[in-house]
Amino acid sequence: MEQATFPLDNVKQALSGLIEDVSAESGEVVVRCAAAHIIEVLTALRDEPTLAFDQLTDLTAVDFPSRPYRFQLVYQMLSITHNLRMRVLVSVPEGEVVPSVRPVFASADWAEREVWDMFGIFFAGHPDLRRLLTDYGFEGHPLRKDFPLTGYVEVRYDDTQRRVIYEPVHLTQEFRDFDFLSPWEGVQRDIQTADDEQESAT
Amino acid sequence: MSMNNLDLNTPIPPGKDQDMILNAVTDEIANRGFVIAKADKLFNWARSGSLWPMTFGLACCAVEMMHSAASRYDMDRYGMLFRPSPRQSDVMIVAGTLTNKMAPALRRVYDQMPEPRWVLSMGSCANGGGYYHYSYAVVRGCDRIVPVDVYVPGCPPTAEALIYGLLQLQKKIRRTSTIARG
Repeated sequence: MEQATFPLDNVKQALSGLIEDVSAESGEVVVRCAAAHIIEVLTALRDEPTLAFDQLTDLTAVDFPSRPYRFQLVYQMLSITHNLRMRVLVSVPEGEVVPSVRPVFASADWAEREVWDMFGIFFAGHPDLRRLLTDYGFEGHPLRKDFPLTGYVEVRYDDTQRRVIYEPVHLTQEFRDFDFLSPWEGVQRDIQTADDEQESAT
Repeated sequence: MSMNNLDLNTPIPPGKDQDMILNAVTDEIANRGFVIAKADKLFNWARSGSLWPMTFGLACCAVEMMHSAASRYDMDRYGMLFRPSPRQSDVMIVAGTLTNKMAPALRRVYDQMPEPRWVLSMGSCANGGGYYHYSYAVVRGCDRIVPVDVYVPGCPPTAEALIYGLLQLQKKIRRTSTIARG
């Protein structure tokens, strides 16, 4: 099937007044909007018949610690009817509450729970915003850049208490940071020197 | 000849020697109705000959564990059949990454297994955290949670490696001379 050209004007028209920016980045359509408008934007994209983005394939976030709007929420949209994909970006400062899109897309349910778990972004109006992946009673949000890789606690079975207990992390093996170039680059250089030697020999 | 002289640690290959022992045992039963054997050796023979593992597959290692049970390697040849319940198992194969969230569940299942029980740690992750050693969510070795008898290295270990580990466990069981394990 021939890939249809993206109806950029229809997007602009459907979302007029709701969004900050529409752009094409590496051939992909990206829309930026404010957190307060996300429900209206996604509803408009879903209900406009020329777009019909009726599936939210993924909802995730990125942490940029140096930015004033620290987190960027990423909504990946798919239109099955028109064979189109696009992305909606929402920048959120730390501590801001984002409206939940669970009423618009059911697939946002666990996705928002995961974002809450991993980044600590709160979604208002979510029916059941519990942690999704981490341990019961886990503290912190692991995908934030300031979260230490090894975390704060580790588990062990205690023979006297006869249960699994939590203790502060104590690493017997010091953390090693393998900060060197890719071994393949080394191989390439060796091949190059071998070639040079061969050339100078002939 | 009674079974008193029999060394159960070294299996006797089929042939004249094995026939002789088997005939002697059969004659004994026919003549007197019973045979005499050392209790601990008999127990060890029974225990090592019907090691029923608990299916505790946690990650990709579980796939290799399935291979070792399937037709090519067929663990049933050694009297090992997977049981879906800890109450019916003798050995737990910890096959895969043990996370902090799973640790209390693993311990509970281990506690539910009847004595005597053994644990086989399969793969790098179960042995010492492996690839996820520095992770915030992974237990750095399942021996922090349950006592381990045999460690099988590999990522994941092949089905042969797991079988070899189980044979090592059989050897370890035959070596013990106590009936209760504490």
